[in-house]
Amino acid sequence: MALDFGVFCKNTLDGGVVDHCFSSVFGLAANSDPSYLDWLISAWGWTLLVSGLGLAIAIVLGILMGALRTLPDTKSTYRFLLWFSTCWVELFRNIPIIVQVFLWYYVIPAFVTPLKSVPSFWLVSIALGFFTSARIAEQVRAGIGSIPSGQRAAATALGLTTFQTYRYVILPIALRIVIPPLTSESMNLIKNSSVAFAVSVPELTLFAMQAQEETSHGIEVYLAVTALYALSAFFVNWIMTLIEKRSRIPGVVSISPSAKLAQ
Amino acid sequence: MLSLDLSFYNWGLVTNYLLKGFLFSVQLTIIATVGGIAFGTVLALMKLSGKALLEYPAAFYVNTMRSIPLVMVILWFFLIIPMLIGRPIGADLSATITFIAFQAAFFAEIVRAGIQSVPLGQTYAAEALGMTYGQNMRLIVLPQAFRNMIPVFMTQVIILFQDTSLVYAIGAYDLLKGFEIAGKNYGRPIETYALAAITYFVICFSLSRVARKIQTKVAIIR
Repeated sequence: MALDFGVFCKNTLDGGVVDHCFSSVFGLAANSDPSYLDWLISAWGWTLLVSGLGLAIAIVLGILMGALRTLPDTKSTYRFLLWFSTCWVELFRNIPIIVQVFLWYYVIPAFVTPLKSVPSFWLVSIALGFFTSARIAEQVRAGIGSIPSGQRAAATALGLTTFQTYRYVILPIALRIVIPPLTSESMNLIKNSSVAFAVSVPELTLFAMQAQEETSHGIEVYLAVTALYALSAFFVNWIMTLIEKRSRIPGVVSISPSAKLAQ
Repeated sequence: MLSLDLSFYNWGLVTNYLLKGFLFSVQLTIIATVGGIAFGTVLALMKLSGKALLEYPAAFYVNTMRSIPLVMVILWFFLIIPMLIGRPIGADLSATITFIAFQAAFFAEIVRAGIQSVPLGQTYAAEALGMTYGQNMRLIVLPQAFRNMIPVFMTQVIILFQDTSLVYAIGAYDLLKGFEIAGKNYGRPIETYALAAITYFVICFSLSRVARKIQTKVAIIR
């Protein structure tokens, strides 16, 4: 079975061959009808946009919720925050991501009417972000849990408030510890962004389904899409490794919670 | 203000739409777990064999499966299997084969970690007693490895149950599909999607509680 990647140079409207594969993206051709390659690139852009927004939401909320879950239960405010963050994690961890996407797309806008005018890619990003934040929160909690309790005690002895303790003592160490599990959660988020097809965000998976049907060159289309997903994941991995190297404190060897367990 | 019409929430909804989908989701989870463990254990043993001819294909398989979105894996199998066998195949059967193949990659890593968690002294002792590789694995290493794996393993099964909802991509009739069709037929998508979320939450949350209980019971005593 021979693969025919010429399909990507075909016009998406009538299937004719366009005079330049990147016909509309870079404005290279006189014939400006989009080719399948143009469509593929724009679909990749949507995947990266949805994942990027989702990741930003997930990291901020994940760190916040993870930190709240480790608060001491000395005050009633803290007890409430502990309860709230626990509910948050359990809620967003125990509903499948595709069902959460439907919740944000159909159910929640019915109650929160301003959301009706929000574009669907935003709703998917929120869904992905909240879903992943529950997982990141668990990693952050484990990371904070692996810090010797003497650190917290020392901060208290110095007269730091709880907020200051987290801001200046606990989080700077914990966040460095959780970079490896955070990397794999980020890669999972890119993979999970494929559920956006269910609410018609024109990203890679929706492209794969539609182009496969139109061109009947499914294998070539799927190979290209799969390669772009892999490429995106490697890219995130590379950035996170860079961040890990940049943020490393000389002399402090951080051991990830999972690495500790494996020993 | 929005008014929710919940009058269609009755046994008819469950028996006409949901039961079939629920049973398929459960069946898919069980078959993928059993098949995934069997196939995953073989993959793990290949990876740990130390023989390049076995190690590299297994590592390639596991890494590939783990780096592709599950939805794409589902689509790939749905496209490829009919090409290989030369005739169309139903979405249900295709989903079952996909999930066994996909879960095997994840269970392989869990089994590998489980096997590596058994102290090497156990293997040496079995070898000193004159056991063959097969006896060593079957009688000494795997029983301990499986026990060590139970916590991670149960988490993975809950994730698997959640993941079965992704067969939506090829239109197989699972629990989520049941809710969706009910929503379309009653003209009440909002209520049915909300109920779907609640149902999945109740199932997965209860399972995770059960898992936590079992974890404390099976914690290995050394």
